[in-house]
Amino acid sequence: MAATCVEFATGGFSFENCRRNAILEEKGLKPPKVYKTGTTIVGIVFSDGIILGADTRATEDTIVADKNCSKIHYLAPNIYCCGAGTAADTEKTTQIISSQLELHRLNTDRTVRVCTANRLLKQMLFRYQGHIGAALVLGGVDSTGPHLYSIWPHGSTDVLPYVTMGSGSLAAMSVFESRYTPGISREDGMKLVRDAIAAGIFNDLGSGSNIDLCVITKDKVDYLRPYDEANKKGVRQGKYAYKKGTSCVLTETVRKVEFVVESTQVKVEAMDTV
Amino acid sequence: MSLQMEQHEYGTPMQRYWSPYAMNGGTGLAVSGADFAIVASDSRLSEGFSIHSRDAPKTYQLTDTTVLSCAGFHGDILALTKYLEARLQMYEHEHNKKMSTSAIAAMLSTILYYKRFFPYYVYNIIGGIDDEGKGCIYSFDPVGSYERETYRAGGSAGSILQPLLDNQIGFKNQQGVVKTPLTLQKAVQLVKDVFISAAERDIYTGDSLVIRIITKDGVKTETFPLRRD
Repeated sequence: MAATCVEFATGGFSFENCRRNAILEEKGLKPPKVYKTGTTIVGIVFSDGIILGADTRATEDTIVADKNCSKIHYLAPNIYCCGAGTAADTEKTTQIISSQLELHRLNTDRTVRVCTANRLLKQMLFRYQGHIGAALVLGGVDSTGPHLYSIWPHGSTDVLPYVTMGSGSLAAMSVFESRYTPGISREDGMKLVRDAIAAGIFNDLGSGSNIDLCVITKDKVDYLRPYDEANKKGVRQGKYAYKKGTSCVLTETVRKVEFVVESTQVKVEAMDTV
Repeated sequence: MSLQMEQHEYGTPMQRYWSPYAMNGGTGLAVSGADFAIVASDSRLSEGFSIHSRDAPKTYQLTDTTVLSCAGFHGDILALTKYLEARLQMYEHEHNKKMSTSAIAAMLSTILYYKRFFPYYVYNIIGGIDDEGKGCIYSFDPVGSYERETYRAGGSAGSILQPLLDNQIGFKNQQGVVKTPLTLQKAVQLVKDVFISAAERDIYTGDSLVIRIITKDGVKTETFPLRRD
């Protein structure tokens, strides 16, 4: 029997095409573009927890690739993380760290702490020297209280009461700088985060569509998606349904499929649920 | 130490760039019918990821029967439209009549080609009424190639809109369909609908839509709100 040609992945990144791709690029090949989510993501500490917020637009150059993508990622039952930058990197990085946090929880039999998630994320990003293009806003509540971090693609982190990231971060930060107060209430906090994201949505072309919110408190998480639709879609006036037979049929061949009848009876079998 | 500094120390030549152009986005669209022409554009002026203005329509009325739509580099649009207006005035003084739409199109082509090696970075579409009273559209590239057409979309979402117009006005890729002539009402509705769609997917198109309806009686203007995100 012939040996199988498929090599199974051993875990971690594969760099086997790096040298080949470098040679191809030298010969003038344009490398493929990746989705960079021009984004507004924010987080604040409020009186009894954390509020994270994000817009829902994903762009590919000047075209909107996804009008309702999810940018608030799950890390642990008490920790969530907003991602900006390269879409695949934010998605995979949070998944990898989420998996490590779950293993850590099973090993220690404790609710994982936000500082642990922060340390795992920054060490992973630092190891790849910025080549993993993930800019994150990490927030959660643990035994030591609410915590909020911003994490940069090269692995540096900040601890702050209110943070913004992504291409709409300046618009969002201007709202925080004018209206954030320490110990802000849940209701006011949600309104503030909504307005910060809305500022990004309307003033930054890389951000748009809806507003997602995630409110984390000591014993409850409210994942609100969507929390608000920042602007309504226009209503089209015409109808654009085609009459049957409008599409051109180029060729038509009819072939008879031969059946081999093995049995004509249907036996009831119990579903394998164990 | 930065890579550039190192190269400098080794005395390798370094090339510095400066670009006189910017891309300010915006979409223009023109549709013609038996006795009318429509020229429409959005009103967003942007650069990179920022919006400079939400109220900067890119349609320019040149005469009572001719409207121009411009998209591209706003600086060149300003320079070009200013120069065009001067030339139109000179023509009127010399010939004691307004310039016809076809003559304006021919003149714009020579103006654009005159700057063949330092072009106006502008995508132009002219819409108007021709000498026979019919609606007419002329589309241009930035260096003056032009042709008369019945409909054309240009600018940042031009490539999104054009196939839709091909299908809905040109009846392309449709089998056994009755090719009814375009009415003014249907055209205005179609223009609004395609701009709603363009604003959904093109980040440089939005805020509001300005529709200029040209008939033998003059130009009527209509505005229509679009997404602002």
